[in-house]
Amino acid sequence: MTDEVRVSVSSDADVVEAREKGRELSATLGFSSIDLTLIVTAISEVARNILLYAKQGEIVLRLDNNGGQHGIVVVARDDGPGIPDLELAMRDSYSTGNGLGLGLPGARRLMDEFEIESEISKGTTIVMKKWAPERV
Amino acid sequence: MAVPILKQGHYLIASIQAALSDSDVLQLQDDLVEQVGRFRSRGIIVDVTALDVMDSFASRSLRGIAHMTRLRGAETVIVGIQPEVAFAMVQLGMSLEDVHTALDLEEGLSFLDTQLKESTDGDR
Repeated sequence: MTDEVRVSVSSDADVVEAREKGRELSATLGFSSIDLTLIVTAISEVARNILLYAKQGEIVLRLDNNGGQHGIVVVARDDGPGIPDLELAMRDSYSTGNGLGLGLPGARRLMDEFEIESEISKGTTIVMKKWAPERV
Repeated sequence: MAVPILKQGHYLIASIQAALSDSDVLQLQDDLVEQVGRFRSRGIIVDVTALDVMDSFASRSLRGIAHMTRLRGAETVIVGIQPEVAFAMVQLGMSLEDVHTALDLEEGLSFLDTQLKESTDGDR
């Protein structure tokens, strides 16, 4: 079983593909259909962020295991311009693009864990996780 | 994939069939704004029953469709938002507050009928 899927993102069709792969992989963990939708929506937001600000990058999806608890890890990585003020970018309704500014803070609300690292002219990496309910 | 738009009397019905890319959404926006004029439509229904995800871009574009077509003289109703999608939209912070929504196509059509009747009654 492959437990890592990579989707390179350089067009809006790739955003759709990242969503679909994310749903497929997450579905193996027994998430509820609401959780699956939250995960897929978050993937869509971070993938679009790559397109908007870096033009290209990749989404890496993999399974994680933390002391018996299973989860999905979504990594969004690009070599774009980077985000000058992370605190500001994570604030609701702040946007430098033509978005609503809901993308990153929204994605953070949809997932259990969310970490972002960014360096000017080097790029941005977002790692977010959602843990599946314990199987009985 | 382009979203098919059906003309039904005074209404346009756009039924989203598959996963929507950003360019599909923008295409739908252009098509509806144009066809409202061509067919002199008074109401639009966008059926999103088949959509299993609606992110901030899709939500914002649907809101754009509702606002633009209103400026062209037609009311838009979004129908068929799935429970999971509604949940995710609220978490995300997208509420579509100023857009008409209805449970399904049937409710959407009856909403438009009521709206249209009120506006024609008002003309008398």
